[in-house]
Amino acid sequence: MQSKSNEFAYNGKVEGDVIVTRSDAVINWIRKHSVWPMPMGLACCAIELMASAASRYDISRFGMEVMRFSPRQSDCMIVAGTVTYKMAEVVRRIYDQMGDPKWVVAMGACASTGGMYRSYAVMQGVDNIVPVDVYVSGCPPRPEALLDAMMKLQDKIGNESSVRNLRSTQPVATSR
Amino acid sequence: MIDESFITALFEKHSYLSKLESIDCLTVRCASENLISLLSSLRDDDGFELMVDLTAIDHGESESIRFSVVIHLYSLVHRGYLRIHANCSNNDNPTMPTCSEVYPAANWHERETFDMFGIKFIGHPNHKRILMWDDYPYFPLRKEFPLAGIDTPLPAADVSEVTDASVEPAPMMGGPFVASASGPMSDSEPRAKDESWTEQNEKTS
Repeated sequence: MQSKSNEFAYNGKVEGDVIVTRSDAVINWIRKHSVWPMPMGLACCAIELMASAASRYDISRFGMEVMRFSPRQSDCMIVAGTVTYKMAEVVRRIYDQMGDPKWVVAMGACASTGGMYRSYAVMQGVDNIVPVDVYVSGCPPRPEALLDAMMKLQDKIGNESSVRNLRSTQPVATSR
Repeated sequence: MIDESFITALFEKHSYLSKLESIDCLTVRCASENLISLLSSLRDDDGFELMVDLTAIDHGESESIRFSVVIHLYSLVHRGYLRIHANCSNNDNPTMPTCSEVYPAANWHERETFDMFGIKFIGHPNHKRILMWDDYPYFPLRKEFPLAGIDTPLPAADVSEVTDASVEPAPMMGGPFVASASGPMSDSEPRAKDESWTEQNEKTS
């Protein structure tokens, strides 16, 4: 028996109150629309990261505005800024503390390649210590570029084999 | 500007000072054993209340005096700067008495100078590195240290075990990356000056 209140939702005359789909599609759909970023702000890129969260660019339009400063509560680390060798240890430890599934966005030239800092103190790309999903160019990138990268990340999450990854005993994210 | 009468009085009062040529401000050379008494006197009697900067110079490995500590003071009374050079006598194990008891602002400056040049400040209350990590084996602003860096293990052994990462010399392809002082700003910003060589094709000259 169909209740009145359900009329405007799914009309299940054929299947009843049942939707047939793939687990991957459901899991990925849930994950990609609730990305909780961890702002790993290390330099001036963090200012642009703040700008993309503020009202003018408004990252919440894409469902990822819940910036969490605790690695336990977040699943996407946005490395925004210059990763020095001294800081690299901290970045890796915070990454290790994030629960699976987790993703990493390298925001800006420094986080991607070391940028203009070709020196003894700066790690030449955060991908030396954590697996990066999306790289954003720019010094610093404009908020639009970061939003585009986050949408690219959503597309990537949407194509993951989540069920297989859940069953596998290997950790999903491995370093190089 | 500091007036001439003060300068003559200063050299009369501290006979161990010698004047150095300088294009901007009054510059004196002081022996390291007299440094603390000079600074105390300048602060208490002559109105040099601000320590603006404390750093060092590496004159080169072959020089007889290799390291000298450079201190900038500012006086609100005289409205002028005073620069003090103090040579470190030992080239292999340079030391200097700490100024942090006279000017507390010198505390972190001395830690940075130790971090970059390896000059030990005798009596410093917290004598350790401030920028690089504690176990870092080199002093990066010494002349013999290459800008790209030297292969070193990461500070955290467990992280480098998992990630296989270490401190590697930075790629210098097309370098050095220096700004030219002249010309329009669009041309003078830092960029690769010598693009004739790459990491694969070694620099010939």
